[in-house]
Amino acid sequence: MSLVDLAREEAERVQGRVIALHIKVGRLSGVFKDALLSSYEMASYDTSLQGSQLIIEDVPIVIYCSQCRAESAVVSMQWLCCSVCSAPSSRILSGKELELVSLEMES
Amino acid sequence: MTQEPRLVKVRKNILKQNDVVARELRGEFLRSNVFVVSLVSSPGSGKTTILEKILTLLRPNYRVAALVGDLATENDAQRLARSGVPVKQITTGTLCHLEAGMVRNALQTWNVTQLDFLFIENVGNLVCPSSYDLGENVRLVLTSVTEGEDKPLKYPTIFNSADVAVLTKMDLADAVEFDEPTAMANIQAVRPGMQVLRVSAKTGLGMREFIDFLGLRRACAREMNV
Repeated sequence: MSLVDLAREEAERVQGRVIALHIKVGRLSGVFKDALLSSYEMASYDTSLQGSQLIIEDVPIVIYCSQCRAESAVVSMQWLCCSVCSAPSSRILSGKELELVSLEMES
Repeated sequence: MTQEPRLVKVRKNILKQNDVVARELRGEFLRSNVFVVSLVSSPGSGKTTILEKILTLLRPNYRVAALVGDLATENDAQRLARSGVPVKQITTGTLCHLEAGMVRNALQTWNVTQLDFLFIENVGNLVCPSSYDLGENVRLVLTSVTEGEDKPLKYPTIFNSADVAVLTKMDLADAVEFDEPTAMANIQAVRPGMQVLRVSAKTGLGMREFIDFLGLRRACAREMNV
């Protein structure tokens, strides 16, 4: 619902019909892609966004390793460790995003 | 010839509204000098039981109050009220988590400047509460020994949204053959460096340490505030 509200608000500002929404979803955002896709269809039904497409970009979990100072994507969210030197780290740089990046509008 | 669709940049957090309210709440808590602790866990892992004990133990030395979120019934609020501190229920109906706006509404008739500690018990759920900031200083994630050792592996997101983990019902650990080293390793795997408290509300195990931890965290927050 928050996504539909935000997109409608933005679309109203720039005027026009929305064809697609580009969003970023981090692996640690707590949002499951398939569930979001099906609930978006329901939430956008009967609104100005009905029929628009939701294009989701998966954002991997990237951590900073204080041992070897590498920034690397973790292999699994069950094992937060550096993929260069395998030291554990909880300094999360990205992967918690839940962001509306842009709107694709009918021209 | 069809025209290219135009792309409009937005770059806004989808849960912006919640985050804005949470930020306002955090500022208000800071100004009011109240230390706010939230509790999340799956249903039945002992949030209410632990909280009732904590409220009772803190009450002689601090001004304490609690908000409790629940889908339905006021049972938890009634149980917490036995500790003698002000308690308010937030009934969420079908909503599976608390949002910052609900906390703000619930606090409207309370003067938080009169409090040292405010506790917020979230709805029993290890999924959705992780996405909603409530403006709290510390978020505790509770997991009971009866739930097994792999809750952190199944719900890494909530463990990463919380600050400290609490193992509850430690008195039942032997009875359910709880493998504590494995549980500890699982917590460290999904959240390296996470502090873990071990408690039993029934026998009182770890409750003194829990109270000391809360007092220390509050003192640290006040120190940083000055």
